[in-house]
Amino acid sequence: MSFYQSSGHDLADAARPTALGRFGRYGGQYVPETLMPALAELEQAASEAWNDPEFVENLNKLLSSYVGRATPLYEAERLSHHYRRSEGGPRIWLKREDLNHTGAHKINNALGQALLALRMGKKRVIAETGAGQHGVATATVCARFGLECVVYMGAEDMRRQALNVFRMRLLGATVKSVNAGTATLKDATSEAIRDWVTNVETTHYILGSVAGPHPYPMLVRDFHAVIGQETLDQCMKAFGRLPDVLIACVGGGSNAMGLFHPFVQKTSVRMIGVEAAGEGINTGRHAATITEGRVGVLHGAMSLLLQDTDGQIQEAHSISAGLDYPGVGPEHSYLKEIGRAEYVSVTDQEALDALRLVSELEGIIPALETAHAFAWLEKLCPTLPPQAELVINCSGRGDKDVNTVAEKLGVQL
Amino acid sequence: MTLKEDLLKVNKPPRSIIASRFLRLKGEGRIALMPFIMAGDPDIEISREILLRLQDSGADMIELGIPYSDPLADGPVIQAAAARSLNSGTTTPRVLEMLKSLRGKLTVPIILFTYSNPLLNLGMERFCDEASEAGAVGLVVPDLPLEEAERLSPIAEARGIDLVLLVAPTTTPTRMERISERSRGFTYLVSVTGVTGVRSVLEERVETLVKDLKRSSDNPVAIGFGISGPKQIQQVRSWGADGAIVGSALVNHIALAENGSEVEQAGLFCEELRKAADL
Repeated sequence: MSFYQSSGHDLADAARPTALGRFGRYGGQYVPETLMPALAELEQAASEAWNDPEFVENLNKLLSSYVGRATPLYEAERLSHHYRRSEGGPRIWLKREDLNHTGAHKINNALGQALLALRMGKKRVIAETGAGQHGVATATVCARFGLECVVYMGAEDMRRQALNVFRMRLLGATVKSVNAGTATLKDATSEAIRDWVTNVETTHYILGSVAGPHPYPMLVRDFHAVIGQETLDQCMKAFGRLPDVLIACVGGGSNAMGLFHPFVQKTSVRMIGVEAAGEGINTGRHAATITEGRVGVLHGAMSLLLQDTDGQIQEAHSISAGLDYPGVGPEHSYLKEIGRAEYVSVTDQEALDALRLVSELEGIIPALETAHAFAWLEKLCPTLPPQAELVINCSGRGDKDVNTVAEKLGVQL
Repeated sequence: MTLKEDLLKVNKPPRSIIASRFLRLKGEGRIALMPFIMAGDPDIEISREILLRLQDSGADMIELGIPYSDPLADGPVIQAAAARSLNSGTTTPRVLEMLKSLRGKLTVPIILFTYSNPLLNLGMERFCDEASEAGAVGLVVPDLPLEEAERLSPIAEARGIDLVLLVAPTTTPTRMERISERSRGFTYLVSVTGVTGVRSVLEERVETLVKDLKRSSDNPVAIGFGISGPKQIQQVRSWGADGAIVGSALVNHIALAENGSEVEQAGLFCEELRKAADL
């Protein structure tokens, strides 16, 4: 299988981001000077790698034989039927990223960046993780390539995602608990960046979302663009045209950006990102960064973020550890600003309801993060024309979340 | 050189209050002692007293930290200080208000240390307006490298504030030249590849970095990140540095001081540093 082509960067995308790493006013490099040479080195290495047929061939080979790509585009007939009205209803397709090795889309990026680390001669890898999916993916590829791996994880997330913590340890990674601040993804990311500042000469930081300083938002997007590229081809095969709507959940926004990227220029396709409204936008306990945030700088990039009137970063709240982040990738803020993508939010309860619905109707237990994308169908489907073709990024599987779900449903395991 | 040119050179006004302070100290053969404290740690009133005490205890300039929830360049000591400060209700406007209340009493140059977000949250112009009104003459933004500083620097300069840029051990030689050319007041040399914190030993390569910086511009060089006590001040002085910034070690003294003795402890430590700096 050939997922990528060497030097296969779409020329139309050349201006996104700009040479300074900007998507409009968003993005940039707000980091300590210590990291600037490493960011330049990384950008250079990525650019060279994409132009090296051997690198691309190796990446494609591993995406196929190790990750299990291409993932299917699956027609969710019973879910479609559930939302059908008398005049018809949208046909719902799932891009099955949950079927990837390690159970989520995260490994697309982790694999690509591990190959870059090898190219740059860095033997130590660090990562941050929220739900643990990116941590597991990183631990996995580090095991595969014999790289030392340290994963930073908020203490609160380690409690919520104990299973993934154990998986990472089984894979030989060191999981470091972060107790600072809110003890969630935001703080794990800060701590990973501090580690990188300290060990930058020997260490590569595999950042797990389309966030952080340039070139990360671009780099991570490009390694996930395989999701959208496959979807495009599969839609053509399945129904002979572009889909009408794409839906994906957005925390930092990597699975959404991967799905959206090849469609950004195809303006007939609606793109919808679904954020976590937690206990409700009005309660203040949510993670709906694009819906409610203001422009600011977090973790090296200018983007929308949740902050108080003094510019202090606010705590995010979501039942899903992977969406529990007060920032969002700069390209999403940009797509929102120019009106190219829509961003909406659903509550913890709506996500839980969707998780149960999809489990019962399709025999697929989606991750709590992914369930947010499914939950938006309730409001969206009645508004769509009867013949609409709709693709949801089924970004991860829900095995890791069964304890949280059981707890919420009052079930003792 | 003609007499006229010579006179012009001599009479050339100093670029800034900070630069002229360095020039004066250089004339006296002294290294600038530049303590750092976190405003609002443990509370804003005590910080106010500490600033005055540091001035009386031999500080040549003072770096005043504005607390931020996610300080990427800081180690555990300054992180904890920022958290204590935020918990005591400190905000950027309150820090500037406190500083303003010291106008006339506090005569040593004050350099504000803030992360990008609290600054951008107020807006570059407004932040610089208010900082200038409060009497600050310098600004260090640890997560604003050269490329991102281009817009802020002229805005600050127009209000009499020097935007000080940082050089790290990982900075390449060509980049170092560009930074020291653009940095105002002085060049801030980060002495370690890492975050702020107390270190027992300074990396030897810092000595080379000081010499490189001195060669690339006539900007004074102050060293920070990791200077923990009198011995290291003497060391960086012997390497030719013009200033020594002491942060975590002082913040630690304040954190460990018994309730009510923070001001006293800060003063005593500063005096100790002053003696070492002048030996």
